[in-house]
Amino acid sequence: MMEIGLNHYLVLSTILFAIGLIGVMRRKNLLMLFFATEILLNSVNISFAAISHFYGDLTGQMFAFFVIAIAASEVAVGLGLLIVWHKKHNNIDLDQMSMMRG
Amino acid sequence: MFEAIAFYLFAFLTISMFYITVTTSQALYALTALAAGMIFISAFFFILGADFLGAIQIVVYSGAVMALYAFGMMFFDTTREIKEKNGNKYIVTGLSILAALLVVAIFAGPIVSDNITALYPMTPGAGNTQEVGMVLFTKYLVPFEVAAVMLLVAMVAGIVLAGKKMDLSLTLMDEDEIRKMREEKNKKVLS
Repeated sequence: MMEIGLNHYLVLSTILFAIGLIGVMRRKNLLMLFFATEILLNSVNISFAAISHFYGDLTGQMFAFFVIAIAASEVAVGLGLLIVWHKKHNNIDLDQMSMMRG
Repeated sequence: MFEAIAFYLFAFLTISMFYITVTTSQALYALTALAAGMIFISAFFFILGADFLGAIQIVVYSGAVMALYAFGMMFFDTTREIKEKNGNKYIVTGLSILAALLVVAIFAGPIVSDNITALYPMTPGAGNTQEVGMVLFTKYLVPFEVAAVMLLVAMVAGIVLAGKKMDLSLTLMDEDEIRKMREEKNKKVLS
């Protein structure tokens, strides 16, 4: 049976990152755009944990930890802004977001 | 053997779940698929021996972030589909795969060189949570505190942004007050 190495995890991370990028590039719904961003962050977390495991180094896990913290605060602020925008304009369409004045 | 089976199973599940998230047009399906994918990703962390990270993944993502998204979706009309006019699908896919390969190559490039030594090596015999705690509270204490302050700021900002006009409660108001408020609202809409 084939042994699972670091390359397997990096390939998986690449595939997930590509899926997230596809989501970011073709989504017009802003909520879906946020979901795609979460996928990007998670794919990077997998490769951090894999590198940390295969080199016996804890730095990767620390970085993944901070990435999760950043992602959580991004969701809080982004969702608040999205709710404000939706209250004012009644849509969350990216194409109609042509001005930034509140 | 079992590691290989677990890896391929969870890789397949994660990729299919995230593919559903990216391609579906219903926001609710996307949310559920994303939550399932997050759970499956924590399996990779457990396989890799990063138990603390796996627990954090389940608690933070599947607990806090997904609950926040579900809460936010109550504000939006999620059944209405937003028309997404796409350009060439193959160009988007090709560019995404190319960019992902480039990013991974950039970050994985230093691994190819052999002279890598662990900055904070794992101590044999200690549990993962213990190790993480040791490194986090000795070497990474300042970033940890900064992250804590940032989470607090984000929480306050989220409450301030989303919680406007939440002080008025229809259950605590009299009938007259509610009627008056509705009339004012109608007047504003009509004018």
